[in-house]
Amino acid sequence: MGDVLVIAEYQGDRFPKTTLVAVNAGLELAKKRGGSCLAVIAGEAVDAPAAELAKYGVAKVIALENPALKNYLADAWTDALAALIKKLGVEYVLATATATGKDLMPRIAARLEAPMASEIVEIGDDDTLIRPMYAGNVLATVEMEGPVKVVTVRATAFDAAPPAGNAAPVEKVAAEIAPDASRMQFVAFNQTKSDRPQLTEARIVVSGGRGLRSGENFKTVLEPLVDELGAAMGASRAAVDAGFVPNDLQVGQTGKVVAPELYVAVGISGAIQHLAGMKDSKTIVAVNKDPDAPIFTVADYGLVADLFKAVPEMVDELKKLKHS
Amino acid sequence: MKILVPVKRVPDPATTIRVLPDGSGIATDNIKWVINPFDEIAIEEALRIKEKQGSGEVVLCSIGQASWQEQLRTGLAMGADRAILVKSEQPLDTLAIARILVKIVKDDQPELVIIGKQAIDDDSNQVGQMMAEMLGWPQATFASKIELADGKCTVTREVDGGLETIAFPLPAVVTTDLRLNEPRYASLPGIMKARKKELKEIAAESLGLDLAPRLKVKRLTAPPKREAGRKVESPADLIALLHSDAKVI
Repeated sequence: MGDVLVIAEYQGDRFPKTTLVAVNAGLELAKKRGGSCLAVIAGEAVDAPAAELAKYGVAKVIALENPALKNYLADAWTDALAALIKKLGVEYVLATATATGKDLMPRIAARLEAPMASEIVEIGDDDTLIRPMYAGNVLATVEMEGPVKVVTVRATAFDAAPPAGNAAPVEKVAAEIAPDASRMQFVAFNQTKSDRPQLTEARIVVSGGRGLRSGENFKTVLEPLVDELGAAMGASRAAVDAGFVPNDLQVGQTGKVVAPELYVAVGISGAIQHLAGMKDSKTIVAVNKDPDAPIFTVADYGLVADLFKAVPEMVDELKKLKHS
Repeated sequence: MKILVPVKRVPDPATTIRVLPDGSGIATDNIKWVINPFDEIAIEEALRIKEKQGSGEVVLCSIGQASWQEQLRTGLAMGADRAILVKSEQPLDTLAIARILVKIVKDDQPELVIIGKQAIDDDSNQVGQMMAEMLGWPQATFASKIELADGKCTVTREVDGGLETIAFPLPAVVTTDLRLNEPRYASLPGIMKARKKELKEIAAESLGLDLAPRLKVKRLTAPPKREAGRKVESPADLIALLHSDAKVI
């Protein structure tokens, strides 16, 4: 009882911060429930990432391999992982709530007839888990029943696991996938091209809202500030809805949840659903011409100003600071 | 093509949510109830598919109390053909909701289920995926584009770092993301017509399913409130403070 299996995502042979967050949350959960923490990495050939993952403090890494696992697809992955979970007899299955985690984990829960808690932010001592509801305006303390339970964790709520002193053993397992469990086909992945840090990993995030008025202004007005700060670029739902920028930049309840050291909100009014995605940032700056904009209620530093004047001035000031 | 769209009733997204002092729930006075925005996108997509194909049926299904009829009528006014309300007074978890919807699918035999990617009240993002697994169907979550041809479905998905395209045979479950479409408003003739459309009520207990919740919400609390900070006078002051006071740049 109390054993935890972390489902690890990787990109090439690199572990994104979100995966190391899952490992850390898995280690904490296993410790609190009196079990050990295992991790699984699935794919076509995963020797290299499995060996890397073994350095982060888990008791064992399982390299789950099958050519059908080359690209992530919910049906084949569920089949392969559910069989492994049953074999291992773990009490918890855990992943970070990335796009893949959100897609996969409920399907695994249904296969195992297990309850699932989404995007937990805290692990209680008394068999409880804490998760946000209503765009983060409510925290729910939940309890799950049954031999196996499924959990996703919010990436911003836990730290990344640090490397441990020694490497855990790696066990190779050939995944079995039923033919009728492999009906989905991968066609293409169009990666958003960007040299900037990823939104969910950046130390600084600069987001733009409807106040920027056009996609063109994101490029000419906001991007110089983003790049001067070495930041990731985000956007409000209103800016995405208006077609200024792609949806994968959306910060908010239904987009990405971020908690960087510094969050700069430019031309964003601060609707409830946007605040849900950034209010745990360490320092928040808001630039908005409306002094009554709700964004100012969460901002550490508020500048009431026309962004088209203020943002270029901020860029100039940053350049001066760099040269001083 | 027959399409099933599960619909949840949620507080209007602009509503400020308050937790009751005893932590047993949220204060529901002064709440305006609406169709979950992602389910509204699902209804719109189903209607567009039906309009494009020139035939078919769009069936809505909600699981809740008698008062949920109101949101189903709104969906019917948008253009859906009929609705099913599965009545339940008990708290249901996502597994139970998925089991009920799967039963409806088995009885009603749609070729496609389109459902919102998440409900904006509990923010779980689970039911569509659970239904797909229970039915043994393919799934495509976070759809921003759905193409149907020759019994095959191709979906563009909003994933981390870009757009992914997957393809699969029908039947299947698709969950909607924001940019899939912009839902229409119900027209006045639509509202008049909706009154006469079929809205069937079924008692959840009559379905013979295991609906006992395996996830229980023990209590709700309000998160710690973030205090507003200070206003600064100029961009120069702002950058100076971020450097010397907050020490973040």
